[in-house]
Amino acid sequence: MRVQQISIFLENKKGRLAKVTEVLGENQINIRALSIADTTDFGILRLIVNKPQLAYQVLKEAGFTVSTTDVIAVEVTDQPGGLSNILRHLDKVGINIEYLYAFVTQTTSAALIVFRVEQVDEAIKVLQGNSIRIVPGDEVYQI
Amino acid sequence: MLKRSVGAAGCPAVTGERYRIMSCTGKVALAIRVVPRKILSVPWWMEIFLFTVTSFSRTCFELGPSGQLGWYRGIVSPSLHRDGDFLFKVSVHTIMGVEYMTSYWDAHHETMSRDQLAEIQTKRLKTLVERVYTSVPFYRQAFQEKGITPGDIKSLEDLKSLPFTTKKDLRDTYPFGLFAVPRSEIVRMHASSGTTGKPIVVGYTKKDLDTWSDLVARCFSMAGGTKEDVVQNAYGYGLFTGGLGIHYGAERLGATIVPISGGNTARQIMLMQDFQTSILTCTPSYALYLADEIHAAGVDLGTLHLKVGIFGAEPWSNNMRRQLEEKLGIRAHDIYGLSEVLGPGVAMECPCQNGLHVFEDHFIPEIIDPVTEQPLPYGEKGELVFTTLTKEGFPVIRYRTKDISTLYPEVCECGRTHLRMERITGRTDDMLIIRGVNVFPSQIESVLLEFGETEPHYLLVVDRKASLDDLEIQVELSANMFSDKIAGLEVLERRLRERILSVLGISAKIKLVEPKSLPRSEGKAKRVIDRREL
Ligand SMILES: [Zn+2]
Repeated sequence: MRVQQISIFLENKKGRLAKVTEVLGENQINIRALSIADTTDFGILRLIVNKPQLAYQVLKEAGFTVSTTDVIAVEVTDQPGGLSNILRHLDKVGINIEYLYAFVTQTTSAALIVFRVEQVDEAIKVLQGNSIRIVPGDEVYQI
Repeated sequence: MLKRSVGAAGCPAVTGERYRIMSCTGKVALAIRVVPRKILSVPWWMEIFLFTVTSFSRTCFELGPSGQLGWYRGIVSPSLHRDGDFLFKVSVHTIMGVEYMTSYWDAHHETMSRDQLAEIQTKRLKTLVERVYTSVPFYRQAFQEKGITPGDIKSLEDLKSLPFTTKKDLRDTYPFGLFAVPRSEIVRMHASSGTTGKPIVVGYTKKDLDTWSDLVARCFSMAGGTKEDVVQNAYGYGLFTGGLGIHYGAERLGATIVPISGGNTARQIMLMQDFQTSILTCTPSYALYLADEIHAAGVDLGTLHLKVGIFGAEPWSNNMRRQLEEKLGIRAHDIYGLSEVLGPGVAMECPCQNGLHVFEDHFIPEIIDPVTEQPLPYGEKGELVFTTLTKEGFPVIRYRTKDISTLYPEVCECGRTHLRMERITGRTDDMLIIRGVNVFPSQIESVLLEFGETEPHYLLVVDRKASLDDLEIQVELSANMFSDKIAGLEVLERRLRERILSVLGISAKIKLVEPKSLPRSEGKAKRVIDRREL
């Protein structure tokens, strides 16, 4: 049920993001989703790719500080209140969301929300209990 | 032979069995009994009563066997008397499950009380001052400039009034200006490579060589070396003091010396296997190279007989020690010395690996503030200064080494009373003065090591803004410090900043940067950029 996300440490300097995509491109790795969180000095680039293991390895070899994190992806219908519905369920049981980002897939009209929590298994159980569809890693990588 | 470790399992339960103590040379065998409940609950220490003492040697012992105990090796330190029995404190050292041993080459001098030591030092210092005053014009003039005559030196305290000797003084008096005996008494000379201009020349009398050999034998013995060992000496032979210094020390010990010198790695590995080398002596960087080559050649470590490495002549880190110990399956000891003072054998690390014992019966170490030149108390970091007490040919008074270290006075677990100096952590040339505070790059390094960095890469950028010094520390962020949350990295920055403040006493801005983004030249990192225009 988990999705493997690649996180990369980037200095806020020109050309660093391009270097990441270049390394991935050379290895035929496709980016499915991407988000950047940053401060004035540095940023953290978070990626969902089709081959997370390979991506981790090649980025590490290219000299980046990189880690993998397990995140959860859920499908949200493209209508008002879709996201807040999900957040409410987690909030009720006291699960704190560290960060989240969303992307829209080409194949369906639904949006995918990717989020990171400390208690991954618990969150999965809560969402499933409320009949929210969790998109498994294999499916997300192939979108 | 034992192969079990104490410590982790806590205090071993010993009942009144008889044990045998043997010196590591096998000459002395004593029967001892371990008395129940006399064992302290401190893991590394045991109190042991000695019975039926026929003779006693303050050397290594082996303890065992017992169902629960296995065999132990440790060090018997100076004894106390109680009810006619000897009471010994025995420290048992275990590293990586392999026991090791040490022994005193010169128990009398290595374990004498601080008072006795001070007495010897005072006597020798007076003689030294008298001698250099009469036989070396340079020193006589330097003393006279400070208005000092030999008669003014009455105690060790008075050492502080003597002038320093610097590397520049050695260059200015090239070649023989500081020799304290006629050239005909000199039986050997060594010289530094001298990257610029004239080298530094030192001379040894017959007695100096004798002392030197003895001190290096002391070093070998401290690391557990005996006459049974095969010493492969991969220090360079020649004008450099490393090769010959180690060579004669190993001979004095009675070990078998293989004077292979540096280089020719394939041959090193072959002889290491064929001659069953048990002690390797070389620079730590060459040892690491050799270790990698041994692995690359597919040599099974089990077929080697290596047990100890004695490495020196360049600064190295504890991280490097771990690598060397793992890759070669040895205990790695740091040896310190410089040709201006003697060569290898000025100080040596005992098995406690908790600093290097400075051989104080022959040298007086001091730590000074490199800027104010004031002596610093024990425990403070500064420049290491040496006065030789017994050298005849080339004595030095308060020689400034430019090496950065700290001295610790507590008696070591190994029983030696000589001061311990911290391994060299830098050179005064690298020192920065920021807002009036002396800052050594190595201090930053030690903080990063605390944060789990194995090979910290950092850069100090010093600037002056609005007449105030500004320190920025750029740190390459490695995988084990990385958090994929912004808050996590901000916490890391804050903790680093607080730790730096408490270690250096000044605040610094921390900037996390990507790996390999900081400048390196020929594999050696550049640590400081000083943009201040003073
Ligand atoms: Zn010691």
